[in-house]
Amino acid sequence: MLDTLLLSRIQFATNISFHILFPTITIALAWFLVFFKVKYDRTQHPVWLRAYRFWVKIFALTFALGVVSGITMSFQFGTNWPGFMEKVGNIAGPLLGYEVLTAFFMEATFLGVMLFGMKRVPPKIHTLATIVVAIGTSLSAFWILSLNSWMQTPTGFELRDGVVFPTDWFAVIFNPSFPYRLTHMLLASGLTAAFLIAGVSSYRLLKGDNKQAPQLTLKVSLTVAALLAPMQIFVGDLHGLNTFEHQPQKIAAMEGLWETQKGAPLILFAIPNEQTKSNDYEIEIPNMASLILTHKADGQIKGLNEFEDARPPVKPVFFGFRIMVGMGFLMITVAVYFRFTLWRKKSLASWQLKVLVAMSFSGWIATLAGWYVTEIGRQPFLVSGVLRIEDAVTQVASENVLISLIAYLTIYVLLLIAYIRTLFYTADKSVEVEEYQKPSIEENIYA
Amino acid sequence: MLDAHTLSFVYASLMALAILLYAILDGYDLGVGILLPTNNEEHADTMIASIGPFWDANETWLVLAVGLALIAFPLAHSMILQALYLPITVMLIGLIIRGVAFDFRAKAKTKRKSMWNKLFKIGSFISAFMQGYMLGLYVMSFEHSALATTFAMLSGIGVVAAYALIGAAWLVLKTQGQLQLSAIRWCQIAGRMAFFGVIGVSTINPVINHSVYERWFESSIFLLILPIPIICLTLFVLLDRVLIKLKEQPNVGAWLPFLISCVIFMLCFFGLLYSFYPYVVPGKLTIFEALAAPESLNFLLYGVIVVVPTILAYTAFSYRVFWGKVRPLSYY
Repeated sequence: MLDTLLLSRIQFATNISFHILFPTITIALAWFLVFFKVKYDRTQHPVWLRAYRFWVKIFALTFALGVVSGITMSFQFGTNWPGFMEKVGNIAGPLLGYEVLTAFFMEATFLGVMLFGMKRVPPKIHTLATIVVAIGTSLSAFWILSLNSWMQTPTGFELRDGVVFPTDWFAVIFNPSFPYRLTHMLLASGLTAAFLIAGVSSYRLLKGDNKQAPQLTLKVSLTVAALLAPMQIFVGDLHGLNTFEHQPQKIAAMEGLWETQKGAPLILFAIPNEQTKSNDYEIEIPNMASLILTHKADGQIKGLNEFEDARPPVKPVFFGFRIMVGMGFLMITVAVYFRFTLWRKKSLASWQLKVLVAMSFSGWIATLAGWYVTEIGRQPFLVSGVLRIEDAVTQVASENVLISLIAYLTIYVLLLIAYIRTLFYTADKSVEVEEYQKPSIEENIYA
Repeated sequence: MLDAHTLSFVYASLMALAILLYAILDGYDLGVGILLPTNNEEHADTMIASIGPFWDANETWLVLAVGLALIAFPLAHSMILQALYLPITVMLIGLIIRGVAFDFRAKAKTKRKSMWNKLFKIGSFISAFMQGYMLGLYVMSFEHSALATTFAMLSGIGVVAAYALIGAAWLVLKTQGQLQLSAIRWCQIAGRMAFFGVIGVSTINPVINHSVYERWFESSIFLLILPIPIICLTLFVLLDRVLIKLKEQPNVGAWLPFLISCVIFMLCFFGLLYSFYPYVVPGKLTIFEALAAPESLNFLLYGVIVVVPTILAYTAFSYRVFWGKVRPLSYY
């Protein structure tokens, strides 16, 4: 029989994994919309309005899924992880509170004006509403990543009778891993949205849409992807160095290193074996891990065996890291190469469009893999060194958790299918829309 | 820096405000969902258009209410949420279904639209009913008994009627023509149901809860609080009168039913608060016992003082933008 702890963990992982898919898109998609709208305001060229209108529909749908799955999250703390708030609520509470107050209301309220208010408010106010929504989504990322980073690298607190009390809010919010994690996540969002836009635009072009808008959005998104992907590798590396400093056990799991050693190799592939505490089928580059992490060929890296009582599960962290990095390099290659083709030949070959369609959700895979690395790498702690997972779990009977888990799983699978189908159906519908005759027809859109 | 006692009071008031605003605001949009006709697509479109720009922000008050409980009264939050584990799951599924149906119905294939309309209606009903059901269990101190379950079911129906009432009142305000006439009729039916619901709950509650009985009938301020139920019941009667008038002249005072419904919601909510204050978990935990660390709550309070008035201001702005009778929803 599955116990409440395991079921609650699976349920939280299910909820958060489903939830994060949507904000990951909307955080950056909001800024793409700001760009389209500002471009339209400046140039009055209808192609920008076309781009805005199409993507604002996708934004609305994606945002709605983010909202409803987010509401579920806010109840999970109380229903499944009461110990979390009882032990660290004095820190987590205000950070979540600031997220709701400064971000959620702002984005939800101005979303109404942004989606349905174009005819009702002056163009400048409408653009402003779009900008406010974008700021709101980014602010919400700020607060939630601050809390998440604090759980990874807690600072600015003291323990009294096992309960955490804040001593320095600045140190709490700007804890050591926060700047890296926030940047890494915002870039991940940018890449996820860029590849989604590129994928759906390519899909429209393949379906014979010869209007200007999809070509334009393809170009914009590939440009953004080609710029952000290299930055992401760089920031990811900095984030890794920060983790090496503060959470060496996570790095050891990511690298698959069991023994502490100088001149540690970079393991490209292996199957970590938790029984023998070693790797099977290793393929490695000598000294490379030490070089990357310590910038010295014979630098010392602590192995997993040093963290006997607090060792994270190795396999998911090890493989998750490889999936994320692999996807990152694939994205960089595709983005830079295809953007170059677009520059030289003004259009992409059919196979290139197909590759982009296939990579529409590549950002999701990389983001989820990355989050699994960082979250599983924090285990067995919920808050590093402060609170263990089993000390936070609910008293609710395991049957009840099983029921709720099955219900969530079912509905999430159905919603994910509906979301992806609707996304491409919206693209199908837009193929049939006529191209504008002359810019002047739509110039008076606000009249 | 405020002390713990003051903070308990401040945060309990904020939480109460968030719950009340949630009940009124999401109440009307859930109500519109409950009333959604399955055989008249034009009316369904207009009804959904009337709540389109607002539902998202309305639902955020729930997140704030739950969030404040989590932040200020973590012990109460976990006691209540663990006691209500399955009903909460069902309510959340209801909210998920209706939230996504809102977008899918407009964007999915035409042949699927009526399916999403139905899901929107069912999701709204489930959410409203479960909220009432949980309120009933809360009032019964989470007792496991047939009596508690029966009372909770009754309370569930009561909340569905109340949301349908305020939803219909919203439609009376925002729509015109045939739909407005239907809304007047719905408002009347839901008003009468809610009337009996309120009477039912307020009679049964003091009968089975001795502390509530004492609070109301053996109180030194009995005469001061007596007007609350009297005004509330009078307002129901007044509402009925107004609706009869509106049938003749739908454009004179179309905002009255919504206003009256809001006041009814406030009075009922106040009655409930009065019954249980200072308990946050009835009979188990008071707001003074459950409080989180004052240094954390003070830190959040700065934000609350600045941000909550701002939220109210831009919420007002958004209602002003979409003022007047509803027009078809379009993204441009």
